[in-house]
Amino acid sequence: MADWYTTFANSGLGTTITKQLGLPRPAELRRHEPGQPLLPGPVVVGSAGAGRLRDTVTAVLRDAGVTVQSPVTADGATDGEKPAAVVLDATGLTGPGDLAGAHDFLAPAIKRLRASGRVLVLADPPAEATSPAQAAARQAVDGLVRSIGKELLDGSTANALFVPEGAEASLAGPLRFFLSGRSAYVDGQLLTVTAADVPENPDEVAPLAGKVAVVTGAARGIGAAIAQVLARDGAHVVAVDVPAAGDKLAEVANGIGGTALQLDITAADAPQRLVEHLRERHGGVDVVVHNAGITRDKLLVNMDATRWNTVMAVNLQAQLDITQALLDADGLLRDGARVVCVSSQSGIAGNRGQTNYAASKAGVIGMVRAWAPGFAARGATINAVAPGFIVTEMTATMPFGTREIGSRINSLQQGGLPVDVAETIAWLSQPAAAGVNGQTVRVCGQSMLGA
Amino acid sequence: MAESTTRRAAIVGGNRIPFARSGTAYAQASNQDMLTATLDGLVARFGLQGESVGEVVAGAVLKHARDFNLTREAVLGSKLAPTTPAYDVQQACGTGLEAAVLVANKIALGQIEAGIAGGVDTTSDAPLAVGDDLRRTLISLNSAKTVQDRLRALARIRPGMLAPEIPRNAEPRTGLAMGDHAAITAAEWGIGREEQDELAARSHQRMAAAYDRGFFDDLVTPFLGLARDNNLRPDSSVEKLAKLQPVFGTGEGATMTAGNSTPLTDGASAVLLASDEWARAKGLPVLAHLVDAQTAAVDYVHGGEGLLMAPVYAVPVLLARNGLTLQDFDFYEIHEAFASTVLATMKAWEDEAFCKGKLGLDAPLGAIDRARLNVNGSSLAAGHPFAATGGRIVASLAKMLHEAGPGKRGLISICAAGGQGVVAILES
Repeated sequence: MADWYTTFANSGLGTTITKQLGLPRPAELRRHEPGQPLLPGPVVVGSAGAGRLRDTVTAVLRDAGVTVQSPVTADGATDGEKPAAVVLDATGLTGPGDLAGAHDFLAPAIKRLRASGRVLVLADPPAEATSPAQAAARQAVDGLVRSIGKELLDGSTANALFVPEGAEASLAGPLRFFLSGRSAYVDGQLLTVTAADVPENPDEVAPLAGKVAVVTGAARGIGAAIAQVLARDGAHVVAVDVPAAGDKLAEVANGIGGTALQLDITAADAPQRLVEHLRERHGGVDVVVHNAGITRDKLLVNMDATRWNTVMAVNLQAQLDITQALLDADGLLRDGARVVCVSSQSGIAGNRGQTNYAASKAGVIGMVRAWAPGFAARGATINAVAPGFIVTEMTATMPFGTREIGSRINSLQQGGLPVDVAETIAWLSQPAAAGVNGQTVRVCGQSMLGA
Repeated sequence: MAESTTRRAAIVGGNRIPFARSGTAYAQASNQDMLTATLDGLVARFGLQGESVGEVVAGAVLKHARDFNLTREAVLGSKLAPTTPAYDVQQACGTGLEAAVLVANKIALGQIEAGIAGGVDTTSDAPLAVGDDLRRTLISLNSAKTVQDRLRALARIRPGMLAPEIPRNAEPRTGLAMGDHAAITAAEWGIGREEQDELAARSHQRMAAAYDRGFFDDLVTPFLGLARDNNLRPDSSVEKLAKLQPVFGTGEGATMTAGNSTPLTDGASAVLLASDEWARAKGLPVLAHLVDAQTAAVDYVHGGEGLLMAPVYAVPVLLARNGLTLQDFDFYEIHEAFASTVLATMKAWEDEAFCKGKLGLDAPLGAIDRARLNVNGSSLAAGHPFAATGGRIVASLAKMLHEAGPGKRGLISICAAGGQGVVAILES
């Protein structure tokens, strides 16, 4: 469901008015629906530099039933249908000179891109470059992709994946995600994959079939959407929220065939109670989503200790304590477990009046980075997702101006929906996402804040 | 041919909505609303969506005529499978516990594998009836065939017939309120004001502490904006209770106040019972087993016994059948209809003459360890929606026993209107 302005801007009269006045023209985004094809049209795949991933990309796309087109020639000769996505394999860049190939390939291809299209650039990680020239070329991809993201229209997005040598097997999951409707509101992001033992998803329609997932803060808003999407993807969801939200929580659990667990995650015995519940009822857990979070806004100089401490306790300390308890509980966190922690745009960009909140959410980013190697050692991953402006009950109460500006200052010119955050989390929870670890994925429509 | 052996029914868990004083948070809620919400909370807690359990048994003491199939209607409105059978029971304040016993017995006999026992009551949305004269007149009006007959029927209506009959918390055979009956018993047993107030204060304090440590996190689901029982007064004290005027009894001997008597309350509760195999197959816990139960009734009209003393008679029968003494329990849950009822019950069990003369025992049952009595508070704190009290107690006691470890035993004693009592033993 799009917001009122997006609906208006896409109506007959609204189209005329917004075009004439030069107003933002947010598009209705292509979002994932179970069973739909990966893409509504062909993908054009090209390379700049040696391009060692092209065969892998082509194989993944063919597996998904997507038609792969050859690059469009510089003189504009076309190859059939308009592409739904453009993938540039820019691995093997040796210096800035090789980037001309990127320009040659991307310019004509993007010109023909459909609405809600995808541009994905694959490159080697700049940090592993062996010469300054190579590092420069690799880092250039960063600026290239972010700029494309800002130029694209009609709900299209641009993202980049850095794929180190030896991590080719990790590519398929992220590749599918960034091309699919699941990544509708993920734009301008640069993600590094790592080498891992990557299992196949059991089923692309129900990639989480047979998994047990815990979602904290599941009674409403983004948490409820996460629970719903994980259940849609096949997981049994243990929906957790504070006892006072138990009626809403029961509604969510009953709507998805999950179970409700009323628990104050900041209680001293909460980690132990969660561990016991999971052991008794399910024997273990595969997916843990630390979503519960609160705000207690106030300028730092006016903030009392209670505001500071409660935000830290819920948003950061509880995530640490519960994760540690799950790690310590012998055999409870199953092999290939996935932990996803909800951070925030505020944790990246900072926000006036949110020193406590931003600090806690930045802390989450540090936490997943530090835990990632330990998780990798047990075939598991831990990542963070940082939502930008997401339309929820909470934002509905914001003053009109603040809300409208907040929702427009991103490349997609609209706020995201809770389901957009949920889709990213559900993807990170998949077996095939094994090669994404210690990362923070922003779901912000390429927000101008903190970018 | 069914198996002739029996098995003990397991208590898997429970759910209730917070109890609300009459005319407050649930003033606009019907029995069906409350029971349905309670079932849905139970479904969410145990993942029973679309599940057809063997039977749902529940009831209400105060019931509208339209609620003739209350429990089945609640099931149809819930997330349970619509193929789940249900029936209503009513045994006054014993309804909830009796429902649990009925479900447990069917499980014990292998007739069902799992079932839900519950109860609900509202005194806010209570049924009003018209007087018998008006009722008969309206029925003859309805069956009248001619205009003349109709006019004749209408002409019989008198202003005095228009006053509705409001249900009262009174015994039909004595015309006395339950509190008045309890006051007679309190006077007979010499139950003092201070010990009643102490018991009431302790009930509030213990229940508040239980809420604070999260004991009710998996026993209660909020409803209509209420997350805790709104009768609960965590800061209750003997000093505060001592200031209240007596409302039952007369003269010097009047000791019963609004503070040491339960208020009229709205609420609902449900308990999930099952065979051990069913629970295991579902990955659900077995908190305790329902070992045995007993009912009794006393002749409070002509026999000189107190209205609420029937459990005193039921317990020794239950103990004898199970080879137990009154002291063989880790927890005692004696329903606090009135503080004086709990105290009179215990006093009677300690009284040699009463135990020999009335109960036909060789010796008194003896005293119980007060530290084991209603350890997480009871009806004086939570309130007492008649039919919902049994489910509240069964689920809470089962959880206490489970927390205390295997082989622990608890006794439930619930008094009911009409001079009846239901008692039961649970064991972890």
